[in-house]
Amino acid sequence: MDSLIIAERKIKSRLFVGTGKFSSPQAMLAAVKASGAEVVTVALRRVDLNSPQDPTLSVLQPKEYLILPNTSGARDAEEAVRVAKLARTLSKINWVKLEVTPDPRYLLPDPIETLKAAEVLVKDGFVVLPYINADPILAKRLEEVGTATVMPLGAPIGTNQGLRTRDNIRIIIEQAGVPVVVDAGMGAPSHAAEAMEMGADAVLVNTALAVACHPDKMAAAFKQGVEAGRLAYLAGVAEPKEVAEASSPLTGFLTPTEN
Amino acid sequence: MKNMFCLEAYDSPAVLQKKMEAVIPEQVEASLATAQLTEQDLLILLSPAAGAYLETMAQRAWALTRRRFGRIMKLYAPLYLSNECTNACLYCGFNQQHDLARKTLKIEEVLQQAKYLSQQGFQNLLLVSGESRQHVPVKFLAECVHRLKPRFPEISIEVYPLEIEEYQQLTEAGLFGLIIYQETYDAELYQKYHPAGKKNNYTYRLQTPQRGAEAGVRQVGLGVLLGLQDFRVDGYYLGRHARFFEKQFWKTIVGISFPRLRQATGDFVPPYPVSDAQLVQLVTALRLFLPDAPFSLSTREPEHLRKHLLPLGFTQISAGSRTTPGGYGKENSELPQFQVEDTRGAKAIARELELAGFEPIWKDWDESFDRVPAQTKEPGKLSRYSKLD
Repeated sequence: MDSLIIAERKIKSRLFVGTGKFSSPQAMLAAVKASGAEVVTVALRRVDLNSPQDPTLSVLQPKEYLILPNTSGARDAEEAVRVAKLARTLSKINWVKLEVTPDPRYLLPDPIETLKAAEVLVKDGFVVLPYINADPILAKRLEEVGTATVMPLGAPIGTNQGLRTRDNIRIIIEQAGVPVVVDAGMGAPSHAAEAMEMGADAVLVNTALAVACHPDKMAAAFKQGVEAGRLAYLAGVAEPKEVAEASSPLTGFLTPTEN
Repeated sequence: MKNMFCLEAYDSPAVLQKKMEAVIPEQVEASLATAQLTEQDLLILLSPAAGAYLETMAQRAWALTRRRFGRIMKLYAPLYLSNECTNACLYCGFNQQHDLARKTLKIEEVLQQAKYLSQQGFQNLLLVSGESRQHVPVKFLAECVHRLKPRFPEISIEVYPLEIEEYQQLTEAGLFGLIIYQETYDAELYQKYHPAGKKNNYTYRLQTPQRGAEAGVRQVGLGVLLGLQDFRVDGYYLGRHARFFEKQFWKTIVGISFPRLRQATGDFVPPYPVSDAQLVQLVTALRLFLPDAPFSLSTREPEHLRKHLLPLGFTQISAGSRTTPGGYGKENSELPQFQVEDTRGAKAIARELELAGFEPIWKDWDESFDRVPAQTKEPGKLSRYSKLD
């Protein structure tokens, strides 16, 4: 598979996975392994970067994975920036998945605060991957302040509804100068495949794996979905057409063929 | 100014009961088939007719909770600061008229108790106290929060109602959440149960969660004491209150607890006892109505029941609880607020959660989210903050 490059780092898998909601750290690790993911997100609110015994971090070998801390729980730019900075101090990781989600129910990202925080963090040397609604203008504004990717949502977190925002995601992909990672809402491998067929550079999945009866099998299925979607995109997915086009045309006789 | 929650716009308890009795099975089935429940659906699911659909309700509640929260269970510990109380709630062990050994912890004792809980693994603390400003002033609460914060990123309080400015003092010290039960939403019954003390003021209590939210607490916990009024009536008002809150204070997390009245000191007998099946109906109906609210399961429930209740919508439980001030790490003689049924230690409960397929979550907040109070900027006071600069 062709490589994905984010902030000059070559990433081996186009499937990113989250670590929340699993029934145990072991179930999480099995799913992460089966997914083949290199980029693995952890919530800073939940992990203890000070503790070597932290249940999530202790099972993930830092050499195998790019641990991507997220600021989930931050209500505004100020909180997100503070949390990201502290995480960098403790972990030496300067990548951050920026999440500013003041609404605790749908966990939808605040565009204004996200842009503010992104600007501050980029200036401070962070590699910023912002979680956003599928807003093409916001995506461009974030790119302009220097974020490493944009991460538009397919549907609200945890809803498994698939690409409800596909029309806007299509525009974001068309206009993007940075990798587009479709994040949130994907419940089935076919959703991930669809995003990849459209030209997304990667997808991030968590709930669909964590709440499956067999998280590791679902992770393997998403891996295949992402790979199939990417391959189809590279092969050139045929555009859907309004009318049928017969493979044996009725007017073929007008073009003489050799016989 | 935000709108105030009041019950005048809603049906009275008697009218509600009548409407619920008239519900037919077809209505229950229709409500169970909808994705987003209205207030009318809540009424239907709390009706006697819905009692025949508990399995369906339970399955849906579990699926919703799993999707929204995952297979996790947060653990927290209550820390009782004082059993002094100026109220006379008929049902409560801390009632001022009861002759019991009163105790208020000194700050050193609080820290000692907290140290014990920290060694057990807890990082989420609930500070509890009776209503006595004299013994537990706001300044003392603020000091507790401030001093406990480095070990406990998530600290909530369940104490007497405060003013907005007072809640602000606490949020500045690092307070995360506030729990305040209305006990019963039935104003007439409320007066009967709370004949004396400041708690006698129904409206002031009803508006307490709003004062907390305006002061910036991140989570408010609502609840009724099950047994004081028909659970269908109080459950309905509770659901309405929570949803009102979610709209008015859209940045604040609204949690729900389900305390069933147990025998405390005195001889109060709950006039509306809630059976296990009724508790299941209440929890699952509210879960379907409020898919995003954290639900808390009480230590009041016995071990065998807690196991079965957990998947019905709960997202956090208290573990290894002592409900007497200073009760951790030793046997003591002061009387508890209520009898705890589940007396297993924290580690035992965590293991049991794992066996039941839940990941026990000890930490779900980080102090770095909170604004650094001016006084903690002194070097060496809070090492994690000082690393930032």
